Amino acid sequence: MQSIRRFIRPLLIPFLAILSALIVGGLIMAFFGDTSGTLMERLWRPVRAYQSLFEGAFGSGRGLSTTIRKMTPLLLTGLSVAVAFKAGLFNIGASGQFVMGSVFSVAVGINFPGLPPFIHLSLALLAGMLGGAIWGAIPGLLKVYTGAHEVIVTIMLNYVAALFAGWTVYAGGTQGQQPGPLWDTTAGPISETPDVLASARIPWIFGPPYRVHYGILIALAVAVFIWWLLYKTTVGFEIRTVGQNMKAARYAGIRVRWTIIFAMILAGGLAGLAGGIETLGLNHKFAPEFGGGVGFDGITVALLGQTHPLGVIFASFLFGAMDAGAAKLQFDTRIAQDIVQVIQALVLAFVAAPTIIYTIFRMKPDPEEVESAPTVNWGAG
Amino acid sequence: MSTENIPVLETRGITKRFPGVVANEDVNLTLHKGEILALLGENGAGKSTLMNIIYGLYQPTEGEILVNGTPVQMNNPSDAIALGIGMVHQHFQLVPVMTVAENIMLGSESVKNGLLDTRAVAARISELSQRYNLDIDPYAIIEDLPVGARQRVEIVKTLYRNADILILDEPTAVLTPQEIEGLFEVMTLLKNQGKSIIFITHKLKEVLQVADRITVLRQGKTVGEADPETATQNSLAALMVGREVILTVEKKPANPQGVVLAVEDLAARNDLGDPALRGVSFDVRAGEIVGVAGVQGNGQTELVEVVTGLRHADAGEVHINGQRMTNATPRAITQAAASCHVPEDRHAYGMVSPYPVAENLVLNTYNLVPYSHGINVDTRAIRSHATELVKQYDVRTPSIDTPGGSLSGGNQQKMVVAREFSRDLNLLIAAQPTRGIDVGSIEFIHNQIVAKRDNGVAVLLISSELDEIMALSDRIAVMYKGEIIGIVPRAEATREGLGLLMAGVKDERVPV
Ligand SMILES: Nc1ncnc2c1ncn2[C@@H]1O[C@H](COP(=O)(O)OP(=O)(O)OP(=O)(O)O)[C@@H](O)[C@H]1O
Ligand SMILES: [Mg+2]
Repeated sequence: MQSIRRFIRPLLIPFLAILSALIVGGLIMAFFGDTSGTLMERLWRPVRAYQSLFEGAFGSGRGLSTTIRKMTPLLLTGLSVAVAFKAGLFNIGASGQFVMGSVFSVAVGINFPGLPPFIHLSLALLAGMLGGAIWGAIPGLLKVYTGAHEVIVTIMLNYVAALFAGWTVYAGGTQGQQPGPLWDTTAGPISETPDVLASARIPWIFGPPYRVHYGILIALAVAVFIWWLLYKTTVGFEIRTVGQNMKAARYAGIRVRWTIIFAMILAGGLAGLAGGIETLGLNHKFAPEFGGGVGFDGITVALLGQTHPLGVIFASFLFGAMDAGAAKLQFDTRIAQDIVQVIQALVLAFVAAPTIIYTIFRMKPDPEEVESAPTVNWGAG
Repeated sequence: MSTENIPVLETRGITKRFPGVVANEDVNLTLHKGEILALLGENGAGKSTLMNIIYGLYQPTEGEILVNGTPVQMNNPSDAIALGIGMVHQHFQLVPVMTVAENIMLGSESVKNGLLDTRAVAARISELSQRYNLDIDPYAIIEDLPVGARQRVEIVKTLYRNADILILDEPTAVLTPQEIEGLFEVMTLLKNQGKSIIFITHKLKEVLQVADRITVLRQGKTVGEADPETATQNSLAALMVGREVILTVEKKPANPQGVVLAVEDLAARNDLGDPALRGVSFDVRAGEIVGVAGVQGNGQTELVEVVTGLRHADAGEVHINGQRMTNATPRAITQAAASCHVPEDRHAYGMVSPYPVAENLVLNTYNLVPYSHGINVDTRAIRSHATELVKQYDVRTPSIDTPGGSLSGGNQQKMVVAREFSRDLNLLIAAQPTRGIDVGSIEFIHNQIVAKRDNGVAVLLISSELDEIMALSDRIAVMYKGEIIGIVPRAEATREGLGLLMAGVKDERVPV
């Protein structure tokens, strides 16, 4: 009984958060926008919409593969945010780290012709991780040595990353502005990189039209690795202890500063890997419009997954499915597919503020629960 | 029936179950107007749980609560407050950077023209402070106040909300003897003005001093009542623990060997950057217990922190076993120099509340064989270590997977003590090792400390309880304003002599 309870309890908030978000999203669909129809018809509309969403995500091979494709980067950026959370850090910078990872891996991927495929791909992925890791290390170092809050620094670095990436692929201007170093010289006025060499591409599991590449397996393996690291190693013990109680961590002999820097490097590396996989597996080039939106979604995914790697797998799958089904929802019901993002934002609101859930469902916060919600920690120094 | 006889508070058949534990079982308690009821019981007996139920924080599994003879349903503390019940938790719930007035109005802000009406609140606080002799400045910032004053702020907070029933959960555990006297005066005044108080403590002397009536809990059940007029410390201890407790420590004369800890001319600053240690020198030999006495806030905390590597020393030297350990890392000091540290503030340093008991028991040794090999944590070794320690140190917990933070206060302390005492040691540093611990367990811990000494461990004991210092120490060092004002062999120490030293009076006859 006790163990069941311990198992169920952490699932309760995410479950109720999703449920609440779907209900509120449904009410929005029923009562805003198209105001024609009887009450019953209007109430029926969201039901049809969710049905389409579900079919879009799972109803066909195409849908399912889109779900997996959308899930892959979310899983990694979600892990990035989750790992930082475990160390008591709020990584808002997964977006910038993702972009840096994309740029670094594309830089390796479009160069070095003649390398054996496995080697070339591995180097390109490593480069992506490196790019993200550097972008994560900066806020870590600044926090430890100057006290600068990682939230502020990572937000600013997101802009820097986006602008830097834009510069690297810049096509040049008519008034003699120099093109960026990664720009595809054959692309004319379009700012983008050349295609990644075949030897640096992640192979398809299912080729076009499904376009599912091995990135999903890499991401799943990484999730298991992170779970092992966090819960089965001394490194994870150190990260979690620093995140829970910094004074106790010092008392325990843990090098707190190094642990904070390391956690940010790891978080950055994960988001950078997401960028690398997306670039080498799917886009096969980099252009500014492949921005770091998944980096922000990673925050929601991490929170919905209760910052646990296995939870993040589940949450990224769910969000991937929502993204995948959005187009069919719009096509079938003529409701703008942005409603899906509204629902996702509602999920974030509900998981980040469980008190809302407790109030709606007339639950009492579990007094026996000693663990603080992950969101409680982030403001602390 | 006249209202005089109706208890202001009554619990009937209160039972509270937590996963794996029955914290309260069929508890009946009455509290009358204008009385101080002392609640006694072992660690984990269910005292805090019962109080949390009365304060609306927990719902009882069974049973009912009556206020002034009427059954009441409380879903949260606001309901309790509305019924005139106030509680001062052992861990104060104040915002350090805000003023007293701001803290007190938190949650019940009074508003005038859409703005916070701080002035009215401050006036009310001053009035209450005067009426009950609490000496509180409404505009003082909490973090500038000593512990005793913070506690009075908590008391004013309950009075501000018109509490007639005050629950004080171990209010004296963190106070100096002077502050305790002050608190008792306040409690008596409150009582005389018709308030009713439930008072929890592990210090039997205090119970006999202020209580009008005593109720004893054991394993969640009320096992008896006692009258402070006739009860003795021994009889109370026996009622609590269910066996005779030896309240004095038996020990052989010390047999000190070589110097283990040598501290020389140590200087350090406190958190505010003011000098806290001004040239402290002393040493502790293998096989002796050196007790550090002094009014709290005279540098004891900083001394321990510097010696254990948690605070930077500006000048001076620390040597352990002849090795220079000045400003060494906490890990070097605990592991390379085989020392241990029972920290004064267990919540800040000693434990990670959400971690299971098993992980808390390896908090500072997780990196050693057998608990890990390389970076691989060996869960099985950690669990069997925990199972053994929990048994050996009688840590009452439903299981070793229970979060450390959900243990009762005293059992949390026992968990920390178990972890620290169970290693092979050269040097044992214990700050307030028995804070919040019941008499039976104090006996056990004291015996452990003496046994360590007899095994040749050097012991540095810091305690604000003069009784504890006198009972255990072989030599007693007294700190005053960041200096060691005197070191007295136990045989030559008297309460009066130490009291003078603690007040900064250096008596020429006391050898230094
Ligand atoms: N939030 C909680 N979750 C689970 N178990 C709890 C919780 N609070 C208390 N317990 C359990 O209930 C029992 C009674 O605990 P309680 O804190 O009431 O003891 P206590 O009498 O106050 O002890 P102490 O003197 O050590 O403070 C203990 O076994 C404790 O482990
Ligand atoms: Mg208690």
